[in-house]
Amino acid sequence: MIMNSLYYQKKLSRNVGDKFFTSLSVFCALIAILPLIFVVTYILIKGGAQITPELFTLEPNPPGDDLDAGGINPALIGTLVITTIASIIAIPVGVGGGIYLAEYSNGGPFSKFIRFGVNVLAGVPSIIAGVFIYALIVSTKILFGSMYSGFAGGMALSILMLPTVIKTTDEGLKLVPNELRYASLGIGASMYTTILKITLPTAFRSIATGVVLGIARAAGETAPLIFTALFSYYYIVGFEDLFYEMGSLAVLIYNFALEPYDAQNKLAWAASFILVISILTVNIFSRIFAAFTEKTKRV
Amino acid sequence: MIKNTKKSQKKNILSLEDVSISYGTFEAVKNVFLNFKAGDITSLIGPSGCGKSTVLRALNRMNDLIPNCSLKGTVLFDGTNIYDKRVDPVEVRRRIGMVFQQPNPFPKSIYENIAFGARINGFTGDMDELVESSLRKAAVWSECKDKLNDSGYSLSGGQQQRLCIARTIAIEPEIILMDEPCSALDPISTLKIEETMHELKKNYTIIIVTHNMQQALRVSDMTAFFNAVEYEDGDGGKVGYLAEFDSTEKIFNSPKEKTTQEYISGKFG
Repeated sequence: MIMNSLYYQKKLSRNVGDKFFTSLSVFCALIAILPLIFVVTYILIKGGAQITPELFTLEPNPPGDDLDAGGINPALIGTLVITTIASIIAIPVGVGGGIYLAEYSNGGPFSKFIRFGVNVLAGVPSIIAGVFIYALIVSTKILFGSMYSGFAGGMALSILMLPTVIKTTDEGLKLVPNELRYASLGIGASMYTTILKITLPTAFRSIATGVVLGIARAAGETAPLIFTALFSYYYIVGFEDLFYEMGSLAVLIYNFALEPYDAQNKLAWAASFILVISILTVNIFSRIFAAFTEKTKRV
Repeated sequence: MIKNTKKSQKKNILSLEDVSISYGTFEAVKNVFLNFKAGDITSLIGPSGCGKSTVLRALNRMNDLIPNCSLKGTVLFDGTNIYDKRVDPVEVRRRIGMVFQQPNPFPKSIYENIAFGARINGFTGDMDELVESSLRKAAVWSECKDKLNDSGYSLSGGQQQRLCIARTIAIEPEIILMDEPCSALDPISTLKIEETMHELKKNYTIIIVTHNMQQALRVSDMTAFFNAVEYEDGDGGKVGYLAEFDSTEKIFNSPKEKTTQEYISGKFG
């Protein structure tokens, strides 16, 4: 019988194979992360160069007349307004629905149906949400006779936020130990006091993280806004502007990137830069926030 | 160490009449008749799976929270069947408080842990005084008095459990149910909780589930021994029943049932 040496032998076929597959998987992992790195750096370089103070204050100029494209103020404010409208609709409904699923439902057919529906809704392409609101609000002029409006845009985005908010609320509440509920009910608290004062505050961290991620997702959507908020070159000055066409960063990028003029293309790059930076910031902020509240909670 | 109880003079505060409890189609306990007397500490003992915790949870309708759990028979409290359709379980739980197996303080300050229950019950008096007196009654005041604003989690397991007892006392219930309150605690904390129970006996009726027979012997006036038998149509499932109920002294010294004798002496369990 031949005794192999105990020392590591590079040439052994199993060791060669092992090395090969290790390098292959590292290689694939690198390729997977490459698009993110390229996209972010490319946008940071191309867009970062276009950032000027005027960008944040001026209206965009109509394409074609001169070399100066103006700023993106209406689109920036528009994105904020539309996302806020979407949050105002989606957060209460989503948190409420999540509370029903986690706290009140008894796993019967109705709650199964809702859970299934939420999962389907999460998979619905964003353009469908836009077309739906277009058919419901825009083409029917049901909202005070207005057609394309910031309000309709907010509603379309709220449809996209809803499943994220419901799911994270449902899952966040399910993580709260039952002992805490029993403790509260066992001293004579009613169901709603228990949820409001004990369960929701305990799950606040995960719900807040989910809501922030939902907002970040909605803020970058283009397709639903093309059908609902359309676009506007003009400053948002008052409440009634909610019921007219409203610009947004995503649609500005879509419109101006396709223009044949260099000035407009540069504006699109600048808007991309700002959109990417804001979404990155919101994501990072929500993680820091989560880590921070976790530390303070468990004394 | 068992006091002579003057059974006949105490009134029944809580009575179970022919109570059977099932989870879905599985019957956990059947045909229980049991009278709890005001001002007594009654312990429920028995092997695992005999349904003693199920019976305890039935006494303040905590079983409502378990899906598929149903109860037949009547549980009379203060002359009312608490399983009557018109009864509000929230009100029942306000008058029959519960302390659980695992210490479960709220993720709030020690002060708020006590104040929460009192506030939702409409307490309008001096909250500081109530917090102090509740913590004193639960024998945890000296450990807590300098850190009332710290989280309830900053206490040790035994202190947390006494905080939970204090929280229950603060709502001034008539009966306190305890589901193996010491099973997660060390012997010294256990001893302190038992001392607390002796103090509480002056004002409250206590019903305790315990696996620890020495504890039943030390703290309780009355003892109910539950046992489990296999179904007659035998597919291996077991159903719990009340085997014997008497003064703790009699249960431990001269039980009537053979199974009680065997359980007490450690032959099964």
